[in-house]
Amino acid sequence: MHGDNTELVRVRDLHFSRGTKHIFRGLSVDIPRGKITTILGPSGTGKTTLLKLIGGQLRGNQGTIHVDGLNVASLKRRELYQLRKRLGMLFQSGALLTDLSVFENIAFPLREHTDLPEKLISHLVLMRLHAVGLRGVRDLSPAELSGGMARRAALARALVFDPMMIMYDEPFTGQDPISMGILIELIKTVNKALGITSLMVSHDLAESLSISDYAVIISEGLVVEAGTPEQLRSSKSEWVQQFLQGKPDGPVPFQAAAPDYETELLGSLDRSGS
Amino acid sequence: MINYVAGVGRYWIDFLASVGRASLFLLNTLTALPSLFRRPALLVRQLHAIGVMTLSIVLVSGLFVGMVLALQGYNILIDFGQENRTGTLVALTLVRELGPVVTGLLFAGRAGSAITAEIGLMKATEQLSGLEMMAVDPFKRIFAPRFLAGFMAMPMLAAMFSAVGACGGYLLAVVALGVDSGAYWSLMQSAVNFIYDVGNGLVKGTVFGFVITWIAIYQGAESIPTSEGVSRATTRTVVYSSLAVLGLDFLLTAIMF
Ligand SMILES: Nc1ncnc2c1ncn2[C@@H]1O[C@H](COP(=O)(O)OP(=O)(O)O)[C@@H](O)[C@H]1O
Ligand SMILES: [Mg+2]
Repeated sequence: MHGDNTELVRVRDLHFSRGTKHIFRGLSVDIPRGKITTILGPSGTGKTTLLKLIGGQLRGNQGTIHVDGLNVASLKRRELYQLRKRLGMLFQSGALLTDLSVFENIAFPLREHTDLPEKLISHLVLMRLHAVGLRGVRDLSPAELSGGMARRAALARALVFDPMMIMYDEPFTGQDPISMGILIELIKTVNKALGITSLMVSHDLAESLSISDYAVIISEGLVVEAGTPEQLRSSKSEWVQQFLQGKPDGPVPFQAAAPDYETELLGSLDRSGS
Repeated sequence: MINYVAGVGRYWIDFLASVGRASLFLLNTLTALPSLFRRPALLVRQLHAIGVMTLSIVLVSGLFVGMVLALQGYNILIDFGQENRTGTLVALTLVRELGPVVTGLLFAGRAGSAITAEIGLMKATEQLSGLEMMAVDPFKRIFAPRFLAGFMAMPMLAAMFSAVGACGGYLLAVVALGVDSGAYWSLMQSAVNFIYDVGNGLVKGTVFGFVITWIAIYQGAESIPTSEGVSRATTRTVVYSSLAVLGLDFLLTAIMF
C-alpha cells in the first residue's frame, strides 16, 4: 500500500470552510516519513482542523489528502477505521476517558480491537506506561493527573498499537518547564527510537523548532513558508520574521480588521449627541 | 413584508434541517444497537446509571402522588357515598396518566439532563473525537447503550411509580381515613383492565422513554463544546423532553382512551 514517494501525508489544494469562514484555501503540504514535522501558525488558523481532516473526522470541500497512499476522503467507514488504527493522535487535553483508570485507558484500544488474554494486555500496557514514566500512577483516575501526566498517558495510549504516525496537537501548551522537557524528550524518543513519523501542530516556536526536522508555517489558510528550522530562521519574509520573533506589530497588524478608528470615535460622538 | 416571508422561510428550513439531522442521528443509533449483543456489560452499566439511580426519586414521588390522589378522591367521593371506590380512582389515574407522565417529567429532569451533560462534556474534552481517532465508533460505545437503557428503564419506572402510588393511596384511604381494605383492593382490581389500562400505560411509558433518551443523547452530541454550550444543551433537553412528554401524552390519550 506504500506510495512510491517518501512523504507519508500529502495534502494538495485543500479547501475547507466552516459556515462562511474559509479556514483553508488551497493548502498543500507534505509530511515526510520518519521525520518530525511541525506545522506552525497563530491560534485559530485551523491547525487542529487540519489534524482532524488528516484523520478523516472532517472532510474538505475541495482538494485531496493522501495518507500512506490512501485518499482519506474516499475511504469507506471500515477502511477509514482501519487507517486510524495505524495513526495515533494526541489531543490538546489528552482526551482520556474520565470513567476509566489510567491503566484501563491505555488498555482501552486493545480491549476494543483485540481478544488478547488479560495477561498479555497487562504486559503491553505496563510496557507503554513504563516508557512514559507513569507505571506508578496506573490506578489513578485521569482527573487526578497533572496536565503533563495526562498528555504522557495519552501518548502511551496512542503508542499501544505501534502506529506509523502520531499527530500531536499543541503538546507544549500550558506545560511547566519540567513537563515540557519530559515531553520534548518523549517526542524525540518516539520518533528516533521507534521510527514513528511525527506530525506536530503548535504555536510554541522555540520548543517545537528545536526538535523538528522540518517546519511549515501556515496563515490564513495557506502555507507561508516551509523548510528546515534553519531555513525558516534565515527567511527574508517579513511575515515569517514577525512570527518567529513574536513582534506585536508588523505585516500581521496588531488590530483585527476594523473600520477607521477616528471615524468610528467621531461617529459614535455624533450618534450620542443626536 | 418580503423580509418577514424570508424570515419564516429560513426558520422552516432550519427547523426541517435539524429534524433531518436528529432523525439521521436516531437511525445511526438504532443501527448500532445490535453491537450491544456482544457487549452486554455496557448496557448493564447504563441501566444502573440511568434506571436504578432514578428509582429513588420515582418511588418517593409515586408514594406522595398516590396519597394526594387518595385524599382528593376521598373528599369528593364521600359526598356520593362512594368512598369505597377511592382505590379505583387512584389506580386508574396513576396507571393511565400520572404514572407515565410524572415519571417522564422526573426522568427528563434526573436522567435526561445527566445524559446530555455527560455526553456534552465528553465532546468538550475531546473524548468523543478521541474515540473516533482510536477507530471506536461512539454510536456503538457511547450512544447505543444509553439509548437502549433509557428506553428499557422508563416503562419499568412508570410501572413502579403506579404501584407505589397505589400503596400510598392505601395508606391514606384505608389506614388514615378508614376506607374498607377489602373494598379498596377488590374494586380497584375489577375496574382496572390489564391490557386496556396497564398495557396502554406501559406503551406511553415506552414512547416517552424513547423520545426523552433520543432528545437527551442528541442534544449532548450536538452541543457546542464549551461550558456555556453544555449548560444550554442540558436546559434544552429538560425543556424539550418535558414538552414532548405532555404533548405526546395528549396525543396518545386521544388515540387510546
Ligand atoms: N466545531 C466548530 N464549529 C465552528 N467553528 C469551529 C469549530 N471548530 C473550530 N472552529 C473554528 O475554526 C477555526 C480554526 O480552529 P482550530 O482548528 O481549532 O484552530 P487552531 O487549532 O489553529 O487554534 C477557528 O476560528 C474556530 O473558531
Ligand atoms: Mg487547536
